[in-house]
Amino acid sequence: MAKITFVDSKGTPRTVEGDIGATVMETAIKNAIPEIEAECGGACACSTCHVYVEESWRGKTGEPTPMEEDMLDFAYEVKPNSRLSCQMKISAELDGLTVTTPVRQA
Amino acid sequence: MSEPIKTDVLIIGAGPVGLFAVFQLGLLDMKCHLVDILDKVGGQCAELYPEKPIYDIPGIPYVTGQGLTDALMKQVEPFHPVIHLGEMIENIEQIGDPLFCVTTDSGKVFEVKIVVIAAGGGSFQPKRPPINGIEPYEGHSVFYAVRRMEQFRDQNLLIVGGGDSALDWTLNLQPIAKRVTLLHRRDDFRAAPDSVNKMRALVASGAMDLKIGQVTALEGDGTKLSGAVIKGSDGTSATVACDALLPFFGLTMKLGPVTNWGLELKDGELVQVGTETFETNRPGIFAIGDINWYPGKLKLILSGFHEAALMAQKAHRYVYPDKRLVFQYTTSSTSLQKKLGVA
Repeated sequence: MAKITFVDSKGTPRTVEGDIGATVMETAIKNAIPEIEAECGGACACSTCHVYVEESWRGKTGEPTPMEEDMLDFAYEVKPNSRLSCQMKISAELDGLTVTTPVRQA
Repeated sequence: MSEPIKTDVLIIGAGPVGLFAVFQLGLLDMKCHLVDILDKVGGQCAELYPEKPIYDIPGIPYVTGQGLTDALMKQVEPFHPVIHLGEMIENIEQIGDPLFCVTTDSGKVFEVKIVVIAAGGGSFQPKRPPINGIEPYEGHSVFYAVRRMEQFRDQNLLIVGGGDSALDWTLNLQPIAKRVTLLHRRDDFRAAPDSVNKMRALVASGAMDLKIGQVTALEGDGTKLSGAVIKGSDGTSATVACDALLPFFGLTMKLGPVTNWGLELKDGELVQVGTETFETNRPGIFAIGDINWYPGKLKLILSGFHEAALMAQKAHRYVYPDKRLVFQYTTSSTSLQKKLGVA
């Protein structure tokens, strides 16, 4: 298990436990985290699980793949720390990860 | 209005469940036409995840979205379905008991005994970019598709996106527009490399502009656009003057006209059906696959296949009220095998 904190667009944090190997998106949906839609169910085929990764964690989460970048084109207010949460797998290394959800999902 | 196309069943949606409905209805001697808003069959399987794996089709451990679509097309071949692509059903009018007059957005008219709604998440429509206050400009200065190139002659155009649609229209409209500016979030395009090279050549020769950034606001009188505020990757904002904005942000699914057909809906977004026949509250209109709802519903392709089989049994009673339906297996029934062209 790893602790993941989702901060919503108004600044309210919610910390939940995620299984190692699950995606950050799955963990959000399982725990009814608001502001994550995940319309396509994790196929990297929409852009409605968009999150901003806290700067200090960017080294550990890595950068988006080209396929993910293509999908991020459709997201709202994309920033350098934007990721699709369905493309981030939880590892022990990510214990404590903090992400922020955008004001809207596309 | 054109002469109506007469057939037994009209299926709305040519995704996996709509295609398999052709098979089940065909075994029971009902002829089908299908209508889909996309320019290809396969629905979400073909549009959203053609290359992605599906692991939960019974008996098929692994197949891609496109692979499943191709296999279903082969499976329905013996029944010669007629497929109408790039059209959306707008209206269903009851003219008999049951007999329906169904019209598409391009004016095609069908006269059918049965309507099967297999429309999945609804119809795929262009995605509206997340820009506040864009709605009033739509159709006046903001366009999600190009129907007539001439309307853009001698205009300043701002085209947004990095895919094939954005690049194709940039190249096609550049010769007739006053000035074309292409805007993309990053200096990396998913469009075909050949189009990207052509675009870069035009930029290098000074014939058009390329900007990297995102539109954050629109300027104009509420219907007529005068410019768009662009936030660059360096965080600075600038206004680009434009007469028209053409955003190409891909497709999204919307329930669309389904809500206007007098059907009982669950939470305003799914069509309520019973689990014996998957008929809606309007006799003769069925809903199968992701678009329907009943207690315990799971949005799985396999559930849609099951629903198609049961729907066909009830549809048969409408199409052939005097015929008794004898349940048969394709494995042993020579009459079914004849229909499949294998006996």
